[in-house]
Amino acid sequence: MADENLEKGSTTEAPEAAPKKKKKSVWKQLAESQVAKSYFRTGIPKTRRSRLLVVLNSLWLHLHPARTRRHAVRLRYTWCMGGLSFFLFMVLTVTGILLMFYYRPTVEYAYMDIVDLREQVPLGIMRELHRWAAHLMVITVWLHMFRVFMTGSYKPPREFNWGVGVILLVLTLLLSFTGYLLPWDQLAIWAVTVGTNMARATPFLGHEGPGASLLQIGGISLVHAGNDVRFALLGGRFVGEATLLRFYVLHCVALPFVVIILMALHFFRIRKDGNISGPV
Amino acid sequence: MTENVPNRSEIEVPIEETKGETVVKTEPPKPVKKQVDRRSFFSWMGLAWLSFTAATLGMAAAIGRFFFPNVLFEPPLTFKAGYPEDYIIGAVDERFKESFGVWLVRNSEGIFALSTVCTHLGCTPNWLGAEAKFKCPCHGSGFYKTGINFEGPAPRPLERYMISYAEDGQILVDKNRKFQYEKGQWKDPDSFLKV
Repeated sequence: MADENLEKGSTTEAPEAAPKKKKKSVWKQLAESQVAKSYFRTGIPKTRRSRLLVVLNSLWLHLHPARTRRHAVRLRYTWCMGGLSFFLFMVLTVTGILLMFYYRPTVEYAYMDIVDLREQVPLGIMRELHRWAAHLMVITVWLHMFRVFMTGSYKPPREFNWGVGVILLVLTLLLSFTGYLLPWDQLAIWAVTVGTNMARATPFLGHEGPGASLLQIGGISLVHAGNDVRFALLGGRFVGEATLLRFYVLHCVALPFVVIILMALHFFRIRKDGNISGPV
Repeated sequence: MTENVPNRSEIEVPIEETKGETVVKTEPPKPVKKQVDRRSFFSWMGLAWLSFTAATLGMAAAIGRFFFPNVLFEPPLTFKAGYPEDYIIGAVDERFKESFGVWLVRNSEGIFALSTVCTHLGCTPNWLGAEAKFKCPCHGSGFYKTGINFEGPAPRPLERYMISYAEDGQILVDKNRKFQYEKGQWKDPDSFLKV
């Protein structure tokens, strides 16, 4: 019985014509109102074509392929690691924006704001959600890269997207690193001190790097601790107030901005280069 | 029979069960996955969407709650303001203007607590001692020492707060209760501390 009804409702739409003779139902009136039509431009999808149009005409849905091959969604092949990375990125965006309502990136307030976020602000788990999602995203992005490598998905015509992916991996790590400083506890300060010390050794650009000593005029070195690449990164000679603000802006605005643009490109190229996990 | 053995192991059917059946019935096992029939598909999808919606609504509610902090970094609404002897008759005392937004004014009969919020658009007026008036810098509203408005756009007098004695004999100002002149509330004994 029930199966029959379902069958009817989905394929033949037989009862559709009946109410037209009578007064229009409220539902019908709503469905034909201008508001509804402006939202759902293709109407109620009844045919294969109109179902396709629903996907094509929607900003959110058109990012997906209108049709996906069965093998493409096999979990054993893709591990869904790219999708999970994107999901975690969205989790991080939402929780990150929420954290910004309470966090002030100054030496005076940063640490206590973090403590307050845990101790007295409702949903004290918010910061942990952000942190766990960040750790997970680093893991899933690596696994995504590993899977793409093992299945040979970096080969032409996907080699461009592999390059974009490598940049996205680096940006993920940079997001992780810049977020590391924001709690402004001892771990954060010294971890970033150690981490940014590596920038000293940048060839030519770091004042302790190879080649830096060659850049001098009349015995005065052009690259020193007060103007090398580490100085630009920290906004000073050591991790301080300027570094905190700098990393905050990088973490919350600059890096996500680049990541979102590159992700759009990444997803676009997946579609254009033969869709997910299919032989080209 | 023997050629079927590898097939059996593939579909993982216990051999005991198939033993009783006829040879014809042991069909060559297709690599068939369990077919999901329409009804169970819809009920599972229904359940999945229900739980997804419930989780989303729950999270939305929790995030809504997130915007209402449990601890405020604001001055409390009640405060002790010292003893009546600390206040000079006829003077407007500004010591709690910055911290609590209150002027304490003492006249020959007692003390009242005036709100420092202009009744026009909410700026903070200044007490001009030489002219003996409160003057709002935003739009020029003027108030007498009592709080009654007399010039500018302010539509009504400044508000007064509840004032009483604390247990230790200090003045206690409670900003939870306010008294408006135009409603006749300044006659309320709680709005004025007789000294």
